[in-house]
Amino acid sequence: MTLAIEAVALVKTFPSKGGDVEAVRGVDLAVEQGEVFGFLGPNGAGKTTTVRMLTTLLSITSGVARVAGVDVASDPDAVRRKIGVALQEAGLDPRQTGRELVTLQAQLFGLPPAAARDRAQSLLELVDLVDAGDRRIKGYSGGMKRRLDLASALVHRPDVLFLDEPTTGLDPASRLTVWDEVRRINAEGTSVFLTTQYLEEADQLCDRLAIIDGGRIVLEGTPASLKASLRQRRGLDHDPTLDEVFLEATGRTRSRAAGDVEQVQA
Amino acid sequence: MKQALLLGRRALRETLRTPESLAPTLLIPLFFLIVNVGQAGKIFPASSTGFLKGQSYAAFQLPSSLLLAASFGTAALYLVEDIEGGYFDKLRAAPIGRTSLVVGRLFAEAVKSVVLTAVLILISLPFGIRVASGVLGFLLLLVLAAAWAVTYAGFMQLIALKTRSAAATNSGSLLFFPLLFLTPNFVPRSLLTRPMEIAATFNPVTYIMEGLRSLILGADATVVARGFAVVLGLGAVMVVLNVRAVRSYD
Repeated sequence: MTLAIEAVALVKTFPSKGGDVEAVRGVDLAVEQGEVFGFLGPNGAGKTTTVRMLTTLLSITSGVARVAGVDVASDPDAVRRKIGVALQEAGLDPRQTGRELVTLQAQLFGLPPAAARDRAQSLLELVDLVDAGDRRIKGYSGGMKRRLDLASALVHRPDVLFLDEPTTGLDPASRLTVWDEVRRINAEGTSVFLTTQYLEEADQLCDRLAIIDGGRIVLEGTPASLKASLRQRRGLDHDPTLDEVFLEATGRTRSRAAGDVEQVQA
Repeated sequence: MKQALLLGRRALRETLRTPESLAPTLLIPLFFLIVNVGQAGKIFPASSTGFLKGQSYAAFQLPSSLLLAASFGTAALYLVEDIEGGYFDKLRAAPIGRTSLVVGRLFAEAVKSVVLTAVLILISLPFGIRVASGVLGFLLLLVLAAAWAVTYAGFMQLIALKTRSAAATNSGSLLFFPLLFLTPNFVPRSLLTRPMEIAATFNPVTYIMEGLRSLILGADATVVARGFAVVLGLGAVMVVLNVRAVRSYD
């Protein structure tokens, strides 16, 4: 079976004044079809850079990436037809209405006007934005924008959906709504690649996850297996939380995390 | 092409929904027309000034105002908003031809410029201005001005794509000062001082201005054709550079 996402030795370096900066230093990924795959890591670890390479937005320095069986570097347009993308900070046009935005997106993916309007209507229903659909996006709340972004990523029924921090900045109720949408989309067969800062989110949603730190993957597995392994290693008498797994994997002990905070305050 | 039209329609919708950004593009060129004619009109009476071909000085000045109206490059500022807000990435991650990504807005800029130029010409009719080359000339005026609007917006979009900064893109728009003023905008090229004449000769806008003026004062086919050749050549270069910039956009 073709993998939903496959990356082999993926590298991204950015030129900078003091020499090249290696943001991603050889990432391997294998995401099965139908999976919800979580991609976790501290700020600046290379999460977004990896997602941007996989979604054709950023050139690949070296290594190979295939999405839905298509090579990202050699046939980006074919990849774009198979993926849905909802990026950090929901990139939407504030002057359009929600309905206009989703209809335009559907037409850009090749749907004829009438079919695009129908598709927009059913997607607005899916994310519960029918009432707000004819209002300009400028007036939407953060949660509404995320849901609209999600709807616009689904116009062409993508094989693989990329969600970059889909719930950052949302209140708890809006977060739960987005989680429900992600589960529903996944249940219909769409593979989901999700980056998040929230370990509870990964625990709730993801079948498997990988933790990236300093541009390299430091840990990979199912949430349960990662917890069990840490419990065994530490000889704990209870299952650790995913937070503890994360802190151990990234070497961010509580004391170092506290040190970071002090630096910020200074 | 279809995608470029879809994106162009969206860009027009955006313009119509921000009328406050449209007003200056109409009012400032009118302001310059009134001020320039008010200050220099008496020096060039229609009866005794050969290069006016019987029309008022306002007719001679109108092309400068038409070019000014076409040199705001607002398309690029909206593009920066798309880039900063993340919508540009959403479009880039969709299977849209890279040419359509940049040409959509230019298409909208052309439509906007045609409307704006037509309105400016209609407003200037009470000043005693006549388009000597008739209806066809009027249509050619619209196309020539719009072609310049597309070229200039293309230049501004290039800055937007390279810098991704509203401040830098805004500063880039200041280039219209040398472009519009190192021209025969007050008198024909033959009456300019030698240094100014040399500068104007190297300035491509000179030929577009002379083309527009020729259509208003009495068409000289060679001058009009030269104007079109210059603007179409420059416009093509801008589109190619835009497409290259969006292809290598990382």
